Amino acid sequence: MRRSPLVWTFGVSVFFFSFASAGNSFITLSSTTSTQASGFFDYILPLFKQKTGIDVHVIAAGTGQALRLAEKGDADALLVHDKAGEMKFVNAGFGVDRREMMYNDFVFVGPRADPAGIRGTTDAVAVLKAIGAQRATFVSRADDSGTHRAELRLWEEAGVDARAASGTWYKELGAGMGATLNTAAALDSYTLSDRATWLTFRNRGDLELLAEGDPRLFNQYSLILVNPRRHPHVKFNAASKFVEFLTSTEGQNAIGEYVVEGTVLFRPNYQKAE
Amino acid sequence: MNEFADAAVLASKLVLHADATLLEIVRRSLEVSLAAVGCASVLGLSAGALLAVTRFPGRKLCIILTNALMGLPPVVVGLLVYLSLSRTGPFGGWGLLFTPTAMVIAQIVLITPIICALSRQTLEDLWLEYAEQLRSLRVTAFGSLRTLLWEARYSLLTAILAGFGRAIAEVGAVLIVGGNIAHVTRVMTTTIALETSRGDLALALALGFILITIAMLVNGTTFVLRELADCDAR
Amino acid sequence: MLVSALPIPFRNSCPILPLTCVEVDYQIGTTVLLEALSFTLSAGGPTVILGPNGAGKTLALKLCHGLINPTRGTLRWSDAAHDMPGRQAMVFQRPVMLRRSVAANIEYGLAVHKVPAPQRAERVKTMLELTGLVALAGRSARVLSSGEQQRLALARAWAMQPEVLFLDEPTANLDPAATSAVEELIIAIAATGTKVVLSTHDLQQARRFAAQILFLHRGRLLESSAADDFFKQPRSAAATAFLRGELWW
Repeated sequence: MRRSPLVWTFGVSVFFFSFASAGNSFITLSSTTSTQASGFFDYILPLFKQKTGIDVHVIAAGTGQALRLAEKGDADALLVHDKAGEMKFVNAGFGVDRREMMYNDFVFVGPRADPAGIRGTTDAVAVLKAIGAQRATFVSRADDSGTHRAELRLWEEAGVDARAASGTWYKELGAGMGATLNTAAALDSYTLSDRATWLTFRNRGDLELLAEGDPRLFNQYSLILVNPRRHPHVKFNAASKFVEFLTSTEGQNAIGEYVVEGTVLFRPNYQKAE
Repeated sequence: MNEFADAAVLASKLVLHADATLLEIVRRSLEVSLAAVGCASVLGLSAGALLAVTRFPGRKLCIILTNALMGLPPVVVGLLVYLSLSRTGPFGGWGLLFTPTAMVIAQIVLITPIICALSRQTLEDLWLEYAEQLRSLRVTAFGSLRTLLWEARYSLLTAILAGFGRAIAEVGAVLIVGGNIAHVTRVMTTTIALETSRGDLALALALGFILITIAMLVNGTTFVLRELADCDAR
Repeated sequence: MLVSALPIPFRNSCPILPLTCVEVDYQIGTTVLLEALSFTLSAGGPTVILGPNGAGKTLALKLCHGLINPTRGTLRWSDAAHDMPGRQAMVFQRPVMLRRSVAANIEYGLAVHKVPAPQRAERVKTMLELTGLVALAGRSARVLSSGEQQRLALARAWAMQPEVLFLDEPTANLDPAATSAVEELIIAIAATGTKVVLSTHDLQQARRFAAQILFLHRGRLLESSAADDFFKQPRSAAATAFLRGELWW
């Protein structure tokens, strides 16, 4: 009994060493909540692991946070969806080899009763105008994610200053896509979601997909490698393998074959640069 | 309400069939928190004992500080550890961010003050009672410390359990520094947060059951230890 | 009797006694609690530090035992190695019981003094028998009655076979039956050759034990004499009053 503290200390060090040695071959991918919540990684990463033996550690955050994380050198690669932010990141020298690799689209979901009457509308700007005019409850990610940035661009186009109404009918959550859908379901409100997360979301309550199809709802995902000149410690080679895999014919086909409830979640669209 | 019932049924199935995913997550949670508690105990008990039996300028300030640090908000700890371990932070070179070790570190920071403050109180009271007798027996300083720690064992274990309870139930800090990476840094609390956000309540609820069970076990053990300590102290 | 089995062990250094105190003061801040104490403790029968409450008896014992340091003056043991574990012991007025069994409390002292384990067990057994605590050996020490606790404290000190044993009002909190049990033990301990130095305010107890009396009053040593002389012919007025039962503080 008297020796127990020693045993403890010993056990603790063993734990530490086991942790330290656990990370033999992996890369850290800074990505978005939408790709994580949709189950995409659970599907694609085992395929990559099988092929290369490399584990991918996914940190899921909003696109804005994902970019900042990579800026600080805490990730080896990025999978995000906000072209403007991505270009800024690459132009500032933080990233190299940006590749557009797949897309899906955003959809408007809302309560079955549809108080703003947007059902079937194919014009995204008209949808937001209607919601703004009705002061119908709308929940926003408000987490500087790709989805959030897209939503803000659309409000601007619609000429509705939604953020001025923050706290009344417009509710800024600062949460991931799934959490936002949970809130929308609980508040019977509208929201903008990426299709993949919506399709895999289980706790829909009264929510339905109400409007889709506007080209402005196009949602492009891109891969970026963190610049090894900027952050010499990044696992550039392993991360390159990941990018090569996803943009290879094999990887692109695999993406196209990921189907949930009869729907393809992400459509591959990588085009080799000439 | 039906949803809750469905989720509860699914959750019980997961627990009863010892679902592999569930077990992996529970195991990782326990590993991380036990490692943190182990280290925090060594640190907290030493610091607590030092504060209890020594007298130096600034000691009162240290005591006030540890007591205040007991209530550290986990997200703040998470943020501080995150900034320190980030590649651009002071300890970025170790490459520990988003590893279980980072979570262990965050939890150590979180619970060391708890163990330190609680053990300091216990040991100080005991030292007041024992100091003269031990000096009379010509027990060495090291021997006195060992005796104190052993005599206060039940109360100290209670303090350690308090730390463990906080560590295992905490989500803010481990989410930030661990990154909630599947199969690597995903623990019970972060899984609950993630699965809830996915709207998939069964796994979340199953883990919730397990967390509650652990909390009850910890509290039950604490209760028994208190009884034992009382018995001993009477 | 078993007592004979416990003589003071032969130590190859010279004996610890006599202890000589010269002009010893003890003060806290500006308050002088003991003033100009000079006396000698020699081997032999028990010395009783006698005096009313607040006279400084406990402080005097602690000074001798080395728990506190004199502000002024010198304390000199005959052997420089007087502070070695086990050579002197003290039993406090309120015994400090470790949170363990009765037997483990006795064993603790022996373990501190590096008595080898097999000898330890044997010595614990002997002590339990000598102090009548055999039936309580496995009991938690802290649930004992005050009398039993005081006997255990004596057993713990005695087990180390000290050359000098300081006892601070050992029967102050005890009922008559427990008092006589403890007194019997003290006599037995003294009979093995351990020098007993005992403080008390109880005249009768002093009469029963003392070979030498140190009479303390308000922090000053008024008399230091053989017990017979002291009781027959006290030299100070305070002691005379105390003997008549007229001195209360």
